[in-house]
This record gives sequence, structure tokens and C-alpha cells, in this order.
Amino acid sequence: MTVLLFTILTLSVLGILSAVILYFVARKFKVEEDPRIDEVEKMLPGANCGGCGFAGCRAMAEAMVKRDDISALFCPVGGAETMKTAAAYLGKVAPEKEPTVATVRCGGTCAKRPRTNEFDGAKSCAVASSLYVGETACAFGCLGYGDCVEACAFDAIHVSPETGLAEVDPEKCTACGACVKACPKNIIELRKKWPKNRAVYVSCVSKDKGAVVMKACKAGCIGCGKCVKACPFGAITLENNLAYIDPQKCKLCRKCVNECPTGAIALKGMEPLPKESKAPAAKPEAKPAAAPASQADNKSVNEQK
Amino acid sequence: MANKFFVAPSPHVHGSQSTRSLMRDVLVALLPALAVSTWVYGTDVLTVSAIAVVSCVVIEFLIQKFLLGGEPTVSNLSAAVTGLLLAFNLPASIPWWIVVIGSAVAIGVAKMTFGGLGRNPFNPALVGRVFLLIAYPVQMTSFSAPTVEGYSDAFSGATPLAAVKSGAVSVEDADLLNMFGGAVSGSLGEIAAAALIVGGIYLLWRKVITWHIPVAVLGSMAVFAFAVALLNGGGAMLYELPAFHLLAGGALLGAIYMATDYVTSPMTYKGMLIYGAGIGVITMVIRLWGAYPEGMSFAILLMNSVAPLINRYVKPKRFGLTTAKK
Amino acid sequence: MKTFPIGGVHPSDNKKWSCGRAIEVAELPDVVNIPLGQHIGAPAAAKVAKGDKVLTGQLIAEASSFMSANIHSPVSGTVTAVDMVPNGQGLRQMMITIKREGDEWMPEIDRTPEIKRECALDPAAIIAKIKDAGIVGMGGATFPTHVKLSIPPGCKAEYLIINGVECEPYLTSDHRTMLERGEELLVGVEILKRALGVDKAVIGIENNKPDAIAHLRALIADKSFAVGVEPLKVQYPQGGEKQLIAAVTGRQVPPPPGLPIHVGAVVCNASTAVAVYEAVQKNKPLIERVVTVTGKSVSEPRNLLARMGTPVAKLIEKAGGLPEGDVKVVNGGPMMGRAMVNLDSPVTKGCSGITVLSGVEARRVQESPCIKCAKCVGACPMGLEPYLISKMSRKKMWESVEGERITDCIECGCCQYSCPAGIPLLDHIRLGKQTVMGIIRARAAANAPKK
Repeated sequence: MTVLLFTILTLSVLGILSAVILYFVARKFKVEEDPRIDEVEKMLPGANCGGCGFAGCRAMAEAMVKRDDISALFCPVGGAETMKTAAAYLGKVAPEKEPTVATVRCGGTCAKRPRTNEFDGAKSCAVASSLYVGETACAFGCLGYGDCVEACAFDAIHVSPETGLAEVDPEKCTACGACVKACPKNIIELRKKWPKNRAVYVSCVSKDKGAVVMKACKAGCIGCGKCVKACPFGAITLENNLAYIDPQKCKLCRKCVNECPTGAIALKGMEPLPKESKAPAAKPEAKPAAAPASQADNKSVNEQK
Repeated sequence: MANKFFVAPSPHVHGSQSTRSLMRDVLVALLPALAVSTWVYGTDVLTVSAIAVVSCVVIEFLIQKFLLGGEPTVSNLSAAVTGLLLAFNLPASIPWWIVVIGSAVAIGVAKMTFGGLGRNPFNPALVGRVFLLIAYPVQMTSFSAPTVEGYSDAFSGATPLAAVKSGAVSVEDADLLNMFGGAVSGSLGEIAAAALIVGGIYLLWRKVITWHIPVAVLGSMAVFAFAVALLNGGGAMLYELPAFHLLAGGALLGAIYMATDYVTSPMTYKGMLIYGAGIGVITMVIRLWGAYPEGMSFAILLMNSVAPLINRYVKPKRFGLTTAKK
Repeated sequence: MKTFPIGGVHPSDNKKWSCGRAIEVAELPDVVNIPLGQHIGAPAAAKVAKGDKVLTGQLIAEASSFMSANIHSPVSGTVTAVDMVPNGQGLRQMMITIKREGDEWMPEIDRTPEIKRECALDPAAIIAKIKDAGIVGMGGATFPTHVKLSIPPGCKAEYLIINGVECEPYLTSDHRTMLERGEELLVGVEILKRALGVDKAVIGIENNKPDAIAHLRALIADKSFAVGVEPLKVQYPQGGEKQLIAAVTGRQVPPPPGLPIHVGAVVCNASTAVAVYEAVQKNKPLIERVVTVTGKSVSEPRNLLARMGTPVAKLIEKAGGLPEGDVKVVNGGPMMGRAMVNLDSPVTKGCSGITVLSGVEARRVQESPCIKCAKCVGACPMGLEPYLISKMSRKKMWESVEGERITDCIECGCCQYSCPAGIPLLDHIRLGKQTVMGIIRARAAANAPKK
């Protein structure tokens, strides 16, 4: 009995002693911090994805509290809503930014891009791309080993076993940009997010000449420039044998989609325009479209035809 | 095109060793000791070994298949090695169900809980053994007397270490030759010093282990015993005490086969020497002044826990820095 | 017998397939592609354009900076293009394409076989000639030789070490060169000695080439060359510059930015020494080299003297063609060579061999969990912990991995070779090393202007 009593007594004394020491240590080393940082951190999503460019949500909160002008800061996960709430709390002006979504710009599926060899090294896009051209003859396309998948904190990007390409789930994607950084081929781009996940983009980043592209992949951009001429809004540019659709200028009119001879322009969330008869498609330059920007929603573009 | 091209970063060739081949070599190296033990104790030895190996393999297979998921990896023979090493740490007369419990603890608790091969912090076979030693002390320490000619009755069924510890026999009376040849009492794998050494040479020749850990363990034990003998007055004991301790109990089994377990030992040669010396010293401290007659298992487990720390702080000799600093 | 102090592995050398084959002259190719970047450093700048006629040995691309090398036409004919052409790894690279018309050499090149031993040029003139001839390290690293010979101020060369180790399995091009062109090699060594102003020159040769050791020793005795031959214990990667210096002199080159010259050593490959002889004594630029085409399943392994720009496929054809089924074609030896996807790609200055691996050899072994066996640590010739830096690189822990000295790695592959679990250690280490070097460069660039 005495043994038990003694044990309880010693442990209690030890506990009290430690508590007192801890109390004084905590007092002595207390770091004064703006309490607003905690509050702002609570408003942020807490994903710690680093999409804002800071090491985590707390670092972002700190920056938001400390900087006077927060227009350069943006939390891609929380989006404009979160920024507005936080800015209102801090009495600052929230940055304006429209929502974006990660877009994989490669259409070289297994079926369209023949495999010429088998990569037997560590299954990593970075390793493969630093070594050689890849399993196909295209030096620009998606390698499909999933460095982006590994980088994604939101389970929003996966490599499809059928196509061998990375595919984004737009519902889950927060546009944090981790995959953009992880991709050694710079295939992934954050593009403007339209309602219902609609999208029109050039699904190819190959800067090779047309003949080279055609040899390597049936779905590549060959730099023919037909889409450039077809675009009524001047949204498409051609540089280094590669077309690019400016997401800010594109109105989703879909005219370019039918023009593309290789199907390199991807169309998501919408039906393609009805196929026109061969004749006008052959000389698209015949009608230089100059649609006024005000009528630029889908319907009006369709009606113009 | 009839060719299928493969591409990978260099190197494009690979050495002949695989996890499986290393484990197979360890099993081969244990065979001489198993044979001597069978000669000393009869076919009980083979039964215990078979039960341990089979239950370890089956338990690993089941856990991997139903709990962890993923490909069963029993074909790499690591579970078989654990089983055989566990059997080597048991008396030949032990009931079969204790062997199964020991295997379950070794594989189930000490290995698979941490994620399987390569992740366990402690040597699974030794965890199994120590568990049994604490849970079933009577069965684990009752050794039947060997049935071979030349066995000296002096120990009367006790292991040399236990006999010395209890004061029944003094170290001077111990028959070192019998201890070397295997005609003593003990766990079924620890009695055949000569056979264990043969196996150890095989492992060194096959480059499965390096000399560092066994030499450090045995060397530090010998030095420690020598120092103790010196403090106690020296004389013939200067040589008899080290020799007795190297041959008795699990010294050789532990030094050559258990302490060298890849997963739980340090990664650098310098670290291996520190680790081995630690095992040797702790073993001797337990043997000479502890409650148990044998301390090898505890010493190895204790040093297992230090191995990550050793890895953290003991770095290999870097090329170009050694001469540059001098 | 001497060797390097730390680590190393002992792969079966597989030299028996081709080491008995005398060097044969390969057929001249009809079309050659000459990459502008076939050496370490800046690519050369093209001096010819489409339609130009060139002679064999004519300068077609000029070194664009100090760390660069001249390139000469290996054939005579017409330039048909200066354009992007896929290299052995399928990546597009700027190359000069020449359609061969006969084989008319530049007149100043001395093509007579007799050996000219006397050289009265001063060091600067020798180095200038080497630079003009576009000579780079022919063991595979392709470091411009004139840069190596230009000793930075404050350093002094004491040793010239000739690398005749050829520690890569399969390859025999240096071995054959030493046997068949021993005297030219030795004259080349004397010229290099003169250029460096050193009196100690040692040829390091692994003792799996006893015939080469004996042949060179006999030549040295017969014709009184002041050159030593040092037989070395067979151990990979002895041909690594740092390992060879340590093996021969016992001195260890300090980690980067430490250079061999900081321990007073300059290392040159044996084939490079022959090229130096030809450049200085015969005015012949580096336009051809010996390429070993070998492999267990290659029907007629050969050592071929091929012009630069010859398609690799042509050489393989000459050796009996590719075996059926799974293959891996490696430019170089199997430990450090690069796997190829495009066999139409050209032979370059650093191509010492084409190794064909077939069947199960073409594939890597299957990966399984690390059992912490420490074999990689024991095998690393730089005293690193491959298991650790590989794992850290995989987890992108760049700061920690820099602290673990990842930049010391020479990418020899000993760790991965010895890993019983078949883990692609080097794949991740190499990537980590590149990343960390990038970080270090960026840091240096960021710090520089502040000062």
C-alpha cells in the first residue's frame, strides 16, 4: 500500500514541477504575433498546396496580413470568394482573378501516337524526359508516368490507362498549379474555366515541323494555320509551328475545331458545330469573320453562320 | 520490325545478387549448424525448424494477402530465414504450438506491422524469441541433455552459460572442445560453434555479409572478457574467459547471423563497427552481471534501436575529403 | 597491385567477344550527319551552309567559346542541310548533313603511315594544334582536350596519366588501339608531356589486358620512351578520372569545384593521345575513331575504325546485325552508356562502342523493397550513401540531399548495379544531382550581383 502511495506521490510532484517549468518557459519565449494571422488562416482552405506560391496557408495568411497591397496574392483553391472574405476582414482590396482549371495539352493517345520503344527506367516523367525523347517519336507529348498525379494534392489528375495521357477532373481541380510545375514537358496550362467545364484548346505543344509531327502522332498540331484564319476573334496565334488559343480572347465559337485537319483542337463540354459542306471548309479565308465582341456568346456566333 | 527496343538510364547491367539469392545463401549457411544440431538432439530439431519456417511463411503470406494487400513477397525467402533463425533460438524439445506463437509474433508483430520486409526496426526472429522467453520461460529454458558420446555431465542439461551463472560449474571446468564441436546443451542453433563459423565463412565468401559486424561483436566481447579477467587477477582466465564467452550461448549465432540482419543494422562500415561493439559490450554486461545467463538477444535488440541514430550521424568516408582535410 | 581506395564493383568484363578482333576500317557512309554539339560545353558554330562543297578534314564548324571544340568534315562531298536531326535519344539536335562524293582529303593532311617522332613545337603551339583539330576526350566524357591542357594560373601539372583502363565491360576500342597503335600512342604521350611541361607520364591499364601492358612495355624499352606503364587491379569504375588519379598517385581530387589539376594531375584517354599524335604530327583533325560493336548475341563483334557521322545502324550491320526480339542498344558501355532509340543517329567523338544487349539482358531486374543491405554504400566509389540520396531525391528534399553531397556523384552506376532489390537508385540520384546543381547555379547567380 505504501508503495502505491509513494508512486502516486512522486509522479504527482514530478508532474506539478514540470508544469511550473513549462509555464515559465512558455512565458519567456512567447512570440508576439498579429492575432489576425490566425483568423485569416482559418478563412483559407487549409490545403497547404503551395498554389499561392507560399510554403503553406499560414505563410500566405502572414503575407496577407503584413502586406498593404494584396492584389498580387491569390489563393487558387479558395478562389475569389475566399479572397474577398479575407480582404474584407483585413479592410484591403481583394484581387480580381477569374477561375482557371488545369488543362493537359496533349492528345497523343496510345491509338494516335505509336510506341516505338519501351521505357524501362524509374517510372517518372522527369527521369524519362531528361534521358530521351520518350516511348513515342514525339519529344513534346505527355509521357504518362504521372509526375503530375503525384504532385496533385486534390486527387484531381490521373493517367488514363486507355489513352496513356494525364486527364484532369475539372470538378476536383483547384488550379493550384502543382501539376504545371511538376510536368517536365510543360504540357499543363491553367486556362480560364468556363461554366459546365466547357473548353476549347490546342491539345498539342509540339514545336516540330508539320511533317515531323505527322510522323510521330496523328493528333498533333502541324502548324498549318487554318485555325488562325478561321478564328473570328483573333484569339489564335501560330508560333514555332504551333497554334495557341488565347483563353482571354476565345469565345468558344468552335469554328477552329472543324478546321483543324488533325483534330488537335480539343473541344470539351460542348457538341461540335455541325460539319459544313466541304466547299467552304476548303477555303476558310473566304469569309473573314469580324464578329463584334458584344455578341460573342455561343448562340450569336452560331446564328452568324 | 522484329525488334522491341528497351530504353532506360544507365547502368544497363545488374549484379547477380538479388534479395532472394541473398536469403537463399543465408539458409544454405545455416544448414551445417542444423545438421550438427540434428546429430546432437535428434529429429526434434528438424521438426521445430520445419514448423517455424512453415508458420512464418504462411503467416506472412496471409497477412500480405488479406491485411496489407498487394503482391505476396514470400518468394523472396525472407520469411523462411526469419523462421529458421527463430527455430535456431529455441530448445529442441519445445512444444509445437509455442513455435507457432513465436512465429506469429516474429512475422505478425515485429515485421508486418511496420510494412513488411525492409521496414521493421527490430530483428523479427529475436523479437519472437524474446517474447517467448518472457511468456514461456520454463519451456524456453529447459533443454534436454544431448544424446551424443563425449558430452560431459558437468552441465547436466543446463547450457554452459546457465551452469556458470548458477555457480554449478566454473569457467575453468567448461569443456571448450565440446562447446566448439556442439556436444553441449542449448538452443538448437547455438550449440555448433564450428558449423556456425563454417556458415559464416560461406556468407563472407558469397559476399552476403561483410566482416565488420561479426568481428566487432566477437572482438569487443573478447576484449571485454579479457579486461574483466585481468581485473580479477589474470592467470589462465585471461584466455579461458574470452574463449568461453565466444563459444558459449548465442555469441556466434548472434554475431554472424542475427546482428548482421540487413534491415536492422547500420549502413556504413564505421557504423557497423560501432553497432557491433555495442552488442558485444551489452551482451557481456548482461552475461556477467545481469539476471539472465545470456544477453545476446537483448543486446542486438537494444542496438537495433540505435541503428537509425548511427545511420544519421556516422557517414562513410567521402572521396576527396579525407586527404584534403589532413 | 594498385587500385582506387573506396568502393567499386566487379562486373564480368565480357571483353572476350571483341578483344581478339583487329581494328577494321568501316565502309564510308553515303550520307553523314555531324552534330554541332558533340562535346561538353557550347556547341560549335556552323561554318558551312547548304550547297557548300567540303573536303575530308575541312573545318565545318568552329568552337564558339573557349569551352567548345572545332568540328571537321569526315568525308568529302556536298552539304545538303544544316538542320535539326534526331540524335540517338530521338531528340532533335542541330546537325550538318553531308552527302559523300568520293573521299578527297585536305592537302595538308599527311596520310603516310610512317611514324614521325620528333616534335619541336612549344607548348602553346601544340595546344593550338590540338584545339584546331577539335580533339576532345574520347573515352566518353568528350571534354575538350585543349581546355584540359590549359593549366589555370596557380596550378602546376606534375603527372600526366593516360587512361588505358577501359573499365567499362564489353568495350575494347582502347585496348585494340593500344595494341595496334602503341607507338603512335607513345609519341602522343610525349607530345602531351611537352605541352604540359611534366616529366612524369604513366599509362594506367587494368591487368585484364596483359597483352597491352606487355606490348607497351616492350615498345618503351625498345624505342626508349620516357613513359611508365602501371598495371591496375580490375575494378570498376577505375576509368573514372578521379578514381584513376587516386589509383595511380594515391591523391584524391577534392569534391567539386575541385579539379584533377588541383592534385597536379592531367588525365587523357589512350585513344585521345593517338588523336593528339595525328593532329600535331600529321595535321589530321579528329574525323574518325575506333568503335567497338559488341554484345553476347552479336554474331560478329568488331572493332571498327569509323568516320564520324557514320550511322550506328551501318556499324551494327557490319557486326552481323541486331538479334531478334527484345534488344537494348547502348551507345557506350553497359555501365554508363546511353540507350538509343534511333539507330540512324551518327557516330560521334565520344562514341567508344555500341553494346547490344538482348533478351532478358535488355530489361532491368524487377524492383522490390529496399532491405537496407548497405551494398550500395559499400559500392559507391565516392563514399556516398546512394540509398539515402536516392530516396531524398525522390522526395524532392533538395537541401538535405545537397548536404549529403549528391553533387559528388560521378554517375558510375555501381550502386544500382549492386542493389539486390533492383531499385533504380541512380535514376533518381541523377535527377536530384541535376536539380541541385541548378539550385547551386541559381544561388551563385543571385549572390553575384549583390557583392
